[in-house]
Amino acid sequence: MNQELIHQLGDELYQAMQSREAVAPLTSRYDLTIDDAYQISLRMLERRLAAGERIIGKKIGLTSKAVQTMLGVNQPDFGYLTDAMVFSSGATMPISERLIQPKAEGEIAFILKKDLMGPGITNADVLAATECVIPCFEVVDSRIQDWKIKIQDTVADNASCGLFILGDNAVSPRQVDLVTCGMVVEKNGQQISTGAGAAALGSPVNCVAWLANTLGHFGIGLKAGEVILSGSLVPLEPVKAGDFMRVEIGGIGSASVRFT
Amino acid sequence: MNRTLTRDQVLALAEHVEGAELNVHDIPKITNDYPQMTFADAYDIQWEIRRRKEARGNKTVGLKMGLTSWAKMAQMGVETPIYGFLSDYFSVPDGGVVDCAKLIHPKIEAEISVVTKAPLHGPGCHIGDVIAAIDYVIPTVEVIDSRYENFKFDLISVVADNASSTRYITGGQMANLEDVDLRTLGVVMEKNGEVVEVGAGAAVLGHPLSSVAMLANLLAERGEHIPAGTFIMTGGITAAVAVEPGDNVTVRYQGLGSVSARFV
Repeated sequence: MNQELIHQLGDELYQAMQSREAVAPLTSRYDLTIDDAYQISLRMLERRLAAGERIIGKKIGLTSKAVQTMLGVNQPDFGYLTDAMVFSSGATMPISERLIQPKAEGEIAFILKKDLMGPGITNADVLAATECVIPCFEVVDSRIQDWKIKIQDTVADNASCGLFILGDNAVSPRQVDLVTCGMVVEKNGQQISTGAGAAALGSPVNCVAWLANTLGHFGIGLKAGEVILSGSLVPLEPVKAGDFMRVEIGGIGSASVRFT
Repeated sequence: MNRTLTRDQVLALAEHVEGAELNVHDIPKITNDYPQMTFADAYDIQWEIRRRKEARGNKTVGLKMGLTSWAKMAQMGVETPIYGFLSDYFSVPDGGVVDCAKLIHPKIEAEISVVTKAPLHGPGCHIGDVIAAIDYVIPTVEVIDSRYENFKFDLISVVADNASSTRYITGGQMANLEDVDLRTLGVVMEKNGEVVEVGAGAAVLGHPLSSVAMLANLLAERGEHIPAGTFIMTGGITAAVAVEPGDNVTVRYQGLGSVSARFV
């Protein structure tokens, strides 16, 4: 795929995000590889940065076996987080201004205190580089019509990242077992799902190590101070204006968000 | 309580259903022949099976709750879970072996169990009463095995079949209630080294101890109660996973270690 087309598609997705009007799947119109898709996502990111947004971290997606099977892939993907995407727990998230077809997923966010440069990053390196973990809702959104995504579509679309909410409690990874910590998600006061850390590639730590090693191949590192969203521990839940979501993680804390 | 079966029918059905367990063969669900059967009839059969085992010298060593997920209850159109009893030979040590030749089509579930230190009486038993009566918490893997063909049953048939109880494996680590949050306590079930199910305690009626309160209230309908020192499995946190000979299962519990078993 030539550079011109990559720019064009990155711009198209950026425009779709800005105008909140989803576009037809790229894969329905073009033959593109996953590498092409990452190039498109970088163009989309470039546009965000040009508009004044700042990179504050990364997200890992497609970490559950169910979602990987659905998309016919056997690896996760990643996207970038900017300062324009983050909300604090308890905040109100305006779907009508920022999102198209949002879904919420409960995750564990890592805050790094040291750089991680792959390849060769182990779980021990990730734990040693983690300042704390925080409960998190990632609100994924697709700029592709009706979420009709193939792996290339979601990769190009910044791993379908929308916005995210960080919880109000941070815990050292020394104090919690990230594999067995349980998650309970409630929507409008009703419990809708439970899960545990192992739902993301066996451990959220595995996800962060995967990301560091994958980015390492492109010469990109994870930086001290960055937020890393490690992947959903429960099924995705569609949300609409008026919904209230709450997630609680055993030994870590909780996060909540109201949608308008 | 509303009953439709005669005493002789209860005795005959208890022998029929327990016979399926003891002789390891499946049977059609009993409501096919007795469509009018009620929950009271079904519990009469279950208590008769319990009496038969005790008369044979088997000690009853605990109680279990089943159908403790709100989603499953809504699906079956009922508002309460069900209970069953545990007989001494159901117990398998941690790391032990479960002989599938003695079972029909076993499945496993990850559960949180408690042991009481004071009696619990319904009706009106609530989670506060339960908290005050808990001695300790212990992780458990339950093996269920419906005696009904292809695990196809209605709730009344499954009550008569002792809530599909068959084996259970308890872990080696106990905890005081004040040291664990049973609602957010996570479990990770691995079969042959692969994660197959995850969940948290809240999957059991919002809190595993709600399940114990409901047990006390269900028992009260028959004039029974939960005695002090009772081991109670509160209900499955995960979906039931089929197992077969050769499978090796480990369930990890947040703050409570792990429980494992081999199936041969």
